[in-house]
Order: sequence, then structure tokens, then C-alpha cells
Amino acid sequence: MAAKKKQKSLQIPTAPFRPGEEANFDPFINEPGDLPRPDPITCIAADTTDLANGLVRVLDFKGNASGPWDPQLTPDELRQGLEHMVRMRIFDERMMKMQRTGKLSFYMRSLGEEAVAIAQTMALETQDWIFPTYRQPGAQFVRGRDMVSMINHCIGNVEDNVKGRQMPVHYTYKEGRYISVSSPVGTQFSQAVGVAMASQYKGLDECCITWIGDGSSAEGDYHYALNFASVFKPPVILNIVNNQWAISTHRNLASGSPTFAARGLAYNVPCIRVDGNDFLALYSVTKWARERAAAGEGATHIEVLTYRTGAHSSSDDPSRYRPRDEAESWPGGDPVDRLTGHLIAIGEWSDEQQTEMEERIDGEVMAAYKEAVTHGDLANGPYPSADTIFTEVYETVPWHLQEQWDEMKRWSSD
Amino acid sequence: MVEMNIVEAVNSALDNMLERDENVLFFGEDAGYFGGVFRTSDGLQEKHGSHRVFDTPLSEGGIAAIAFGMGINGLRPVAEIQFADYIFPAYDQIVNEIAKVRHRSGGEFWCPITIRTPAGGGIRGGHHHSQSPESQFTHTSGLKVVYSSTPYNSKGLLIAAIESNDPVIVFEPKRCYRGPFYGDPHNVPTWKDHPEAEVPEAHYTVPLGEARLAMEGNDCTVISWGAMVHVAEQAINDCGISCDLIDLQTLVPWDRDAIVNSIEKTGRCVIVHEAPKTSGFGAEMAASVQERCFYHLEAPIERVTGWDTPFPHTTEWDYMPSPARIADAIKKVMEE
Repeated sequence: MAAKKKQKSLQIPTAPFRPGEEANFDPFINEPGDLPRPDPITCIAADTTDLANGLVRVLDFKGNASGPWDPQLTPDELRQGLEHMVRMRIFDERMMKMQRTGKLSFYMRSLGEEAVAIAQTMALETQDWIFPTYRQPGAQFVRGRDMVSMINHCIGNVEDNVKGRQMPVHYTYKEGRYISVSSPVGTQFSQAVGVAMASQYKGLDECCITWIGDGSSAEGDYHYALNFASVFKPPVILNIVNNQWAISTHRNLASGSPTFAARGLAYNVPCIRVDGNDFLALYSVTKWARERAAAGEGATHIEVLTYRTGAHSSSDDPSRYRPRDEAESWPGGDPVDRLTGHLIAIGEWSDEQQTEMEERIDGEVMAAYKEAVTHGDLANGPYPSADTIFTEVYETVPWHLQEQWDEMKRWSSD
Repeated sequence: MVEMNIVEAVNSALDNMLERDENVLFFGEDAGYFGGVFRTSDGLQEKHGSHRVFDTPLSEGGIAAIAFGMGINGLRPVAEIQFADYIFPAYDQIVNEIAKVRHRSGGEFWCPITIRTPAGGGIRGGHHHSQSPESQFTHTSGLKVVYSSTPYNSKGLLIAAIESNDPVIVFEPKRCYRGPFYGDPHNVPTWKDHPEAEVPEAHYTVPLGEARLAMEGNDCTVISWGAMVHVAEQAINDCGISCDLIDLQTLVPWDRDAIVNSIEKTGRCVIVHEAPKTSGFGAEMAASVQERCFYHLEAPIERVTGWDTPFPHTTEWDYMPSPARIADAIKKVMEE
């Protein structure tokens, strides 16, 4: 006898809201102050169950900071964070415009997620390693990278430090300990554990921070990372940026777990879920994770709850798969507006200062752009020499590459 | 000089390098406390400490990934993949990451890592303890590919790989770990009294990119690597034809001069490998030989390889190139 059918067919999750529907997110489950801040050194994974299933917040929506996770940053530090975020946003806008005119092939904005890389990098020490994806370029501002150099990379000109070999936004900045971005999503997550193991082996006070998306956390590399981090306890900070969307794939298809953070509990790694649009909360949980790393307590797993306000990339059109105004109903609001609101609420900032800063940065970005294009751009060249195809494949050029290089030179336009 | 088998030679190479360079670490599945399922790291954890020689989770992708991270952060890790058949979870990390990071980062980061892995058949290992996947890595820019065949070159090539600032994958012929394999499964010699089993205990290298002339002759050039070098030697002895037998040793970059000089002398070429024929590295060799030596060739190039099928269990002797098949190919090119 055939088994009784329990359901009609496959159960395929979908996004909560689709084009033409009204986005109507539930409000956040926790208010600032709801969740305790356990001692980072003595805390074990089991102590973080509430932190993994709740949401650590510091800033409310009136601009007030409160609760045990308030990092007590100085007004100068807050203004510095705001400036980096505003710079990221203006930089992205300029690059998107240039992409539309063909000056660069492709672009990916951090829109709505600026706080993630910036607050988290500010919470680290300068010797700490940053292993980013394409949505954490803001860390480079914190580490002092010159915008001209960043633009040179994006427009693939003769001054691109990766020599026109990678798509835009795939930055490398070793001076700032910002490790090379790679397109295969997720690979950096498990590699970061190795970076941290090397620091641990050498006995140095450094940690490695890395990020993965909600979508790419379905890759094996996510699980390799958690498992090796659980076993070897290296100083690594493992963040899942849950921005709801992996191109058009909703987070419901990335995991059946109610929270991404809680997946780490099964690996016996302390876990925190944090409001990713709350600069102060992000800074604070990262500082907490670094304290654990420095004390030899190993990894921390953080879900950064945020929303990808922009398209996945310049090649993507989100209106095809989600409501146009979905970002506006995101319960976490906008990270720049929230930090600005906080600075104003504590009497350390004004709308005039904000406008003045935006105009100044806009001028700086424009000046950097103008300087960068003097070295060429993707539309008009000049490009890096075609010789860069053959260099740095190996430490020295083996004969079979040399032969092909010589053949290319016969045909090359250089 | 002492007599060593390949297991002892690999162990000696690792021991030398752990001694010489504190940035060298060795790790893999069962590779630490137990010393490896083939005993290649026997005693090394006890001697060098569990912070330098250690076990990992059963996770080839994770092993390759942490090797990447350690490599770009100043260490010189050596990772063991227990069987080459199990390397594929690490394929993305090896092909897209380890092999590419120097180039993609404009030379700012690089991975001086070595992955060593037992490969090839002849141990009744069935589908998944027998494969020879070298050509799945020779097609990867940024990676050097080595396939050793004797105790002497297993040690010297491994040390050269570890000292290389490029990532190197080293295949070791597991059938030959404890003795050369001449194609007769009922004849199980050890390395005792074999000239290539005389191995210095001290550090030395066999340079990457240089082939070894295993036998010298005049009439035909036989190119091979791994366990098949010994099977080809048997075939040459059986058929009595005067052959150069070239043990390629390094597949990327391969030794152009050794091959070209030999074929210009002999005018005939037979290529032997145990991996499947289609897109095997023998195809690359054959194409390169005709590009460079066409007017010296007296006969079409012959390939003797494993079949384009999954590797069998009980019938592996019908799968792997035998001395008879190789001898037949040599005779065939001599008839033209």
C-alpha cells in the first residue's frame, strides 16, 4: 500500500513581500537595554542563547543611546564614524554614476550597510586583519586608504594596484591589512580562520575579522569556518551580514533557522545577533568579540541584521523581485540617519554641520575622481600593460608562460 | 646516505623542513598524533610539538582554506590530503583561491603552501582510493604540479615544493610507498638495494621543473610519471628496445629541454600515465611534442593510459597500463 501523502508537493519558501505588495515588517523584538552584556572572557556559548535569538541594540529611533552595550564613544569618535559612513555613501553614488557612463564595468554599493564595516573596523586594533567581501570597502576608509587609489582600482587604470586583473570593488590593501576580495562568495570565511591561526601560532596580539552574506552562509566554507574555529579557538570574528537578499534569493532560502546567529551555538561558539544599522551596537559587540579573541577565548559569531537598500550590483534590478519601497519599511531605518540623529540628540552635531560635511566630502570625492581619471579609465584607457596578464602568476615566469607572453607581444596593442 | 622507502623519505623531508624553518607547519586528517594512515608523519608530532604537526577535522575544504589563511599571514604550511580522490571539496580553494591570490592581489599577498597527497592505483582501493587527478590541476594557472616516483625524488621534490614561494601540489604514488611497482601485482619488491632508495638524511632538493632520465637509450622516448615510471621500465626491459625513459617529476612547469632533446635523438615517443586518457596530461605532452619535434618524429605518438572509466576494484590490473600494453606501444612506434 502506498504511503499516505502528507503534502501536495515540494515546499519552497518564498520572500514575504513581492513586487506590487506592501512590505510590512514586524518591529524589532528587543529594545535597547533588553539584553545583558555578559563578561566576554568568562562567557561560554550556552550563555549567549538569548543574545543569539534576540537583537542587541543601543540606539533607539529618537537618537538616544542606552543599555549595557552602549560603548560610550566620545563625540569625536562618533563624528569620525559618521564621516566614514557619509564618505562611503557619496563615494558609492559617484562610482555608480561613473559606471553608467562606462568609466567602470560594474559596481556594488554598500547602501544601507555602511555601518557594518566601518563600526566594526573602528572597534578593532590597527594590527588586526580584515578579510572582507565586496560589501565592506568602508573598512579601507577607517584604515586610511586614499580614495584616488580606490578609484584607480575601480576604473582599472594604469595605477590600479591589482593591475586591472579583478572586477571593480575587489580591493586589495595590504598596508591596511585589508586582504584581497574574491568573487567566489564565502571562501574568505574559512580562510580567515587560517589567518587567525597563524597569528595565534606566532603568539601575536592580532585577530582577523571576516564577513559572509546570509546567502553565502549556505556554502560549505561557512561551516568549515565555524567548525575549525570551534575546534582550534583562533582569534577570529565571524560575521554573517544578513541583509535579507542574495541577489534575488530571499534569506528564507539560505537557512531554515529563525536566526543566523543561533546556528553558531551548535558549534559551541558564542553568538550575538545585532542591529546592523545601529553603529553603536555594532561597535560594541565587535569590541566584545575582540576582547575574547585577545584573551585567547577564540571565535565569536555575529549575525548583523540589516537590509540591502540598493541593488545587489549595477547589473541587478531589484524591482523585479521585491517591492520598490521595501527598504523604507525596514524596521532598522538607515544607519547614517540614525547616527546623525544621535549626534544631534546629544548636542554634538547639527543639520548645518551635516550639510557642510556632505558638501566637503562630495568635493573630496570629486577631486579624487578627477585625479584618478588622469591615469585612465575603463572607457578610454590607458589600461595596465597587457604584460600584467603574465606577471605574478608565479613568483618568477616559467618557460611556458614566457613563450605565450612572447606570442602575445606579437599581437598586443601595447 | 641511508636506504629509505618513500614513506621514510617523505617523513625525512618534513622533519628537515620543520627543523629548519619555524614557519613550516604540517597538518591533515590523522596526520598528527597517529602519524598519518600511510605513516608519512610518524613521530613528527612527538618531535616537533602538536602546535606544529597536528590533526584536523575531516574537512578537505577547511584544510585548504586554513592553509590559505596561514600562507598569506606569513607561514609556510604543508597540508596532507589523505587520498587524492578526496581533494575535490578543496578544489575551489585550490583553484580559485590558493593558485590565484598572488595574481589577483597584484602581488601583495601570496600563498607559499604545499599540498601533498597519495595518488594512483594498485592497492585495491576501488573508485575512490586509486585515482590520479593530476590533469585536473595542471589546467590551473598559478599552481605547480609535482608527481614523485622514488624515495630520492619524493624527498627532494617535497623540500623544493615547501621552499617554493608558489603553491605546489605534490602527488605521491601510494603503490610505490614501500617498494617500486613493476606491473606484476604478485611481485611485491621493497626499495631494498634500489639505487633511488639511497637518500641523504640531510636537506637537499630536486629542483621543480626538471625531469629525471630514468633509463638511457637511442630508439624511442618513453615519458611517464608516478608509479608508471617503474612499469614502463619493466616494459622497456621486456621488449628489449633501446629507450630513453623520462620521469617527468614536475608536470607544471614541465621540462621542455629534456623532452625535446630526447625526441630529437630518438624520433619516437610513447607517453604513459595511469589517469584516464581523455584530457589527461599525456594529451598536453603529445600536442607539445608534435609542435616542437614534428619533423624529427618517425612515427605517430602513442599514449598508454588508464581507461576513460571509473577506477575499478577487483579488476584494477585490467585498468592500469601493464608492461605488456606499454611494450606493445613501443613496438608499434618502432614498426613505422
